Amino acid sequence: MDFFKLLELVVAASLINNFVFTRFLGLCIFFGVTKKMETAVGMSITFTAVMVVSAAISWVVYEQIMIPLDLTFLKIIIFIGIVAAFVQSADTIMKKVSPSMYYKLGVYLALITTNCIIIAVPLINAGEHYSFFESMAFGLGSGLGFALALLIMASIREKLEVADVPAPFKGLPISFIIAGLIALAFTGFSGLITL
Amino acid sequence: MSIQKKSNWELLKNGMFGENTIFRMAISLCPSIAVTNGLKNGVALGISVMFVQTMVNITISAMRKFIHPKIRIPIFMLVIAGYVTIIDMLMATYARTIYREIGLYIQIIVAFASIFARAEVFASKNKIVPSLFDGLGMGIGFLLAMIVISFFRELLGKGELFGYSLISGNPLLIMILPAGGFLAVGLLMGFFNWVDMKFYGGKGASGV
Repeated sequence: MDFFKLLELVVAASLINNFVFTRFLGLCIFFGVTKKMETAVGMSITFTAVMVVSAAISWVVYEQIMIPLDLTFLKIIIFIGIVAAFVQSADTIMKKVSPSMYYKLGVYLALITTNCIIIAVPLINAGEHYSFFESMAFGLGSGLGFALALLIMASIREKLEVADVPAPFKGLPISFIIAGLIALAFTGFSGLITL
Repeated sequence: MSIQKKSNWELLKNGMFGENTIFRMAISLCPSIAVTNGLKNGVALGISVMFVQTMVNITISAMRKFIHPKIRIPIFMLVIAGYVTIIDMLMATYARTIYREIGLYIQIIVAFASIFARAEVFASKNKIVPSLFDGLGMGIGFLLAMIVISFFRELLGKGELFGYSLISGNPLLIMILPAGGFLAVGLLMGFFNWVDMKFYGGKGASGV
């Protein structure tokens, strides 16, 4: 296991192929929770944790069960099932073990199932035939990248509250244009490292 | 429920304009930017979504009496995932060149909020025929949005439509870059809000 390979994967997944700005996934949540810094932080923490764990579980199921049994054609159904089951159980366990944390982050757990990134990461892992640790590194990188995107966006949108935006552009349209400008900045990362 | 009294045409129209997935509801946004750098990809994904949306609505509506409310979410997910797998395999076999570019996004239809939302809000409470029209309307609305966005992006970014060159000279490269997708959707959304406010007295898309 090469540590630098893993580090490269994390950097590549979080900056160069940032899910929000270069692959356009998870946009619904991206625009949904970035209105306030507080929700953005909550979502980032929950999301990164869920991402790493579900990438690991999906890898085990895919490599150890689905490939030997020749069931790879069912991967969409199985991955969405794994994610939904994991999110549901995390929700239940958190409510029981740590109610205070549940009240802070529980809302975001429920939202995560409708996030495209959560299903895209296992699918990409399976497509690229990453090893176990590579899958986790990729999950971590994706989670961090998403968190970074959320935090940048939230800090800008908080300022936007006091800005004088033309009426038709209030709310979502202007957020899209801002996201476009950030995406432009993120294209600067392309070619930072080559895998 | 008042929604049941709407005629089929009204249901279609509601999906296409009133509650247009992308410009009005602002959900299922990911593909609206990811695959709209060319008309061909945009149309292919739009049609796939239309198929999945309609079939899911019909299926859920047909099964609505047998689904226990407590386990409805996993069941909806399974039904959606089933149809997505069908379209995924069909595309992989019959439309390989397109599939290579947008394959990942086809698979991701499974996590679309719009499909899930229609199953939950409409199909699980209504008869099969209205559900069919609701799904079809939503699907057509999505397809229209994809066509509009990819039309502008391909025309401005490459000077082409469906791969045929129309404008010579230097195109606006930014429009086919990732950033251009966000800009195009933002500007179009703002434009539709403006039309809505100016001519229909609406308040524009509520947004998030």
